[in-house]
Amino acid sequence: MAPEHQPPPLLTMEGITKSFPGVRALDGVDLEVAPGEVHCLLGQNGAGKSTLIKVLAGAHQPDAGRITWNGEPVRLRTPSAAVRLGIATIYQELDLVEGLTVAENIHLGHEPATAGFVKGRAARTATTALLARLGHPEIDPDRHVRELSAAGRQIVSMARALSHDVRLIVMDEPSAALDPDEVANLFRIVADLTAAGVAVVYISHRLEEIRRIGDRVTVLKDGRAVARGLPATTPTRDVVALMTGRDLPYVFPDRPAHPPTTPPVLQVQGLARHGEFEDIDLEIRPGEIVGLAGLVGSGRSEILETVYGARRPTAGHVLVDGRPLRPGSVPAAVRAGLGLAPEERKAQGLLLLESVTSNVSVSTLARFSRGGWLDRTAERQAARAATRTLSLRPDRPEAPVRTLSGGNQQKAVLARWLLRGCRVLLLDEPTRGVDVGARAELYAVIRRLADEGLAVLLVSSEVPEVLGLADRVLVLREGRVVHTAPARDLDEHRVLDLVMEGSPTA
Amino acid sequence: MTLTTPAKAPADDSRWRALGIRADVRNLSLLGVLAALVTVGGLTRPAEFLATSNLQLVLTQASVIGVVTVGMTFVITSGGIDLSVGAIVALASVWATTLATQEFGFAGILFTAVVVGVGCGLVNGVLIAYGGMVPFIATLAMLASARGLALQITDGRTQIVTVDAVLDLGVPDAYVLGIPPLVLVFAAVTAAGWLLLNRTTFGRRTVAVGGNPEAARLAGIDVRRQRLLLYVLSGLCCGIAAFLLIVLAGSGQNTNGNLYELDAIAAAIIGGTLLSGGRGTIVGSVLGVLVFTTITNIFALNNLQSDVQQIAKGAIIVAAVLVQRRSARDSDT
Repeated sequence: MAPEHQPPPLLTMEGITKSFPGVRALDGVDLEVAPGEVHCLLGQNGAGKSTLIKVLAGAHQPDAGRITWNGEPVRLRTPSAAVRLGIATIYQELDLVEGLTVAENIHLGHEPATAGFVKGRAARTATTALLARLGHPEIDPDRHVRELSAAGRQIVSMARALSHDVRLIVMDEPSAALDPDEVANLFRIVADLTAAGVAVVYISHRLEEIRRIGDRVTVLKDGRAVARGLPATTPTRDVVALMTGRDLPYVFPDRPAHPPTTPPVLQVQGLARHGEFEDIDLEIRPGEIVGLAGLVGSGRSEILETVYGARRPTAGHVLVDGRPLRPGSVPAAVRAGLGLAPEERKAQGLLLLESVTSNVSVSTLARFSRGGWLDRTAERQAARAATRTLSLRPDRPEAPVRTLSGGNQQKAVLARWLLRGCRVLLLDEPTRGVDVGARAELYAVIRRLADEGLAVLLVSSEVPEVLGLADRVLVLREGRVVHTAPARDLDEHRVLDLVMEGSPTA
Repeated sequence: MTLTTPAKAPADDSRWRALGIRADVRNLSLLGVLAALVTVGGLTRPAEFLATSNLQLVLTQASVIGVVTVGMTFVITSGGIDLSVGAIVALASVWATTLATQEFGFAGILFTAVVVGVGCGLVNGVLIAYGGMVPFIATLAMLASARGLALQITDGRTQIVTVDAVLDLGVPDAYVLGIPPLVLVFAAVTAAGWLLLNRTTFGRRTVAVGGNPEAARLAGIDVRRQRLLLYVLSGLCCGIAAFLLIVLAGSGQNTNGNLYELDAIAAAIIGGTLLSGGRGTIVGSVLGVLVFTTITNIFALNNLQSDVQQIAKGAIIVAAVLVQRRSARDSDT
């Protein structure tokens, strides 16, 4: 793995400093990347990873610091300057144009052309070759990107990076939206790249991935590099301690000694949506956490959104306290006491321009309405009480929600439903984009809410999370429940066997 | 992490006040432009420009488009657009001045103008919120139809108003402490609009729908009803504006309100309302209207052609948006 004789570094960043109004995002960060290595960048949200890779991509200009590329000092004034040097960045939120085809996206900005006329066939041929190299020859270069799955888009993003003469690829949480078999393919691609001498800067929250493919690790904390060039074999406990000042990444709260025996608050009977899922039955009692485990595309999120009324079922019922819910109506679900923390927090959950208070109170505005007038004092106090219950940081209700870390943004969404007094909480990937240190705290919060009498329906692509947090687990495959069991009777291998049973890649 | 906020505020309230002041700074550039325009007017035509009657005229002219702009500000804040406002003003003004309507006197004219405005807004809102039409297209269709209907009603003729109670509102005798009643209506609509946007649940929902419609929907807000109500609100403002125009002109014409949609959008945008939705300011919009009206007045007093006016307007739109983008960038993290 780690080379014995260090080749001269491909990239050296020294003393990189970058401030935004009110925040010093980077405070003298050093990073050194050798050709052909997988260099992992670790750190909690807000540690400065995103800012650092944006500096490297030419999207942010550092206030101070030096960047050396191949032994030459360089300045990356624009993203295209970085691309010209051979630095490609695959952002977490993929930057593809949905209305263009795969081939058009891959060659966007550098289309093969004669006198301004795009040579479509050349672009398609090059695309086919790139996709084959990435192990996905089945993706049609002429398909529109909007028709592709998350994994497919990831591949297109990567193909776009490789369509340049690239020597360093930055991947920001590339595995977040991928299934286990897709992740295996991703690792194979990374191995091919590094064998060809391309360096990879790899950002992930999944520490086990870093041990599998990483060579060296740089850990960021509060805008500083607290460890540089550690071997990737460093024990998890040590890495987590560096990131957080604590050890043990996944601490799951204890389950209650006695399972609740009260009648169920949420009942789902024979719920189906044509082509997405069939025959879903489940019951949740107050105080219970029920987990849905399954691959991407197994219908997990769709079930949650249908229960919530954001999608209209083709069959079946959702009952709260035994009373059927009007299908396809979010306001009806919210009135009945349901609350959803959606999968795409920024796109579906938050009003990013608004303050924490506005985000928390948005579902409860009627309560602060005095004949239409908003009682802003009551609103602020109630929102603050809810965010304090969840220890949301910073404790400033007027702070714009976009300045919060991922974990605290999630707490703002939870506080919204806490304030509403909701009784059934639907959580879709509650810890996506939340760093390891903050996860344990979120788990504790979720368990505490359940202990206080909430019923929780949890969806997560991370099997250990479902097994660790839920009381009961429903395992889904291709839109059907294939197994139901108490979480303590299951382990990760058993669940993975169940979700992949019969699928060709198993 | 270093917090570089100067003078850390100890309590919430002072922070909120500080926020208010920052919002005012956004408008400060517009106030500066307005002050500069007044100076120019005062220097080039000292006698005419600063005369009470001229200031009354400027404010009166601002009133009609100003009321329309208040409604437009709500629609834009919610992420929509209303291209039909000028046509609705025209239709409401001619419908309210037909011989049949005038028989019902003052109340008949006012009632008809408002009902026609609200009705057109309702059609817009239903098409957009429940018919799933893009606001640009739905209101473009309304623009065409309402203008056409206005022409059909008048047959191209100017409909003179003979109801004295209406006409009396426009004469100097009706001025309250020197302020024309039309201006008072404008002020009242502005105040009501500000309160509605900043102090009510309706306003908060408007901002939420404009800032992130999907998040608003999943938070349990009835996004469609909110959208419907917003276009009705815009239509209501058009109805009120049509009545003001009837008072001002003493007649109803199918050519009324020509290009109001562009003036209202421009005023809202230079005021600081985001065209993409999620942020709106009534004070900014009203300042925007005053800037445009003052320019028109100064150019007219100096006998400059309207083509020069148009160029100046365009330049101001560009400059204002550039200034705002800079300040938005500075305040972003």
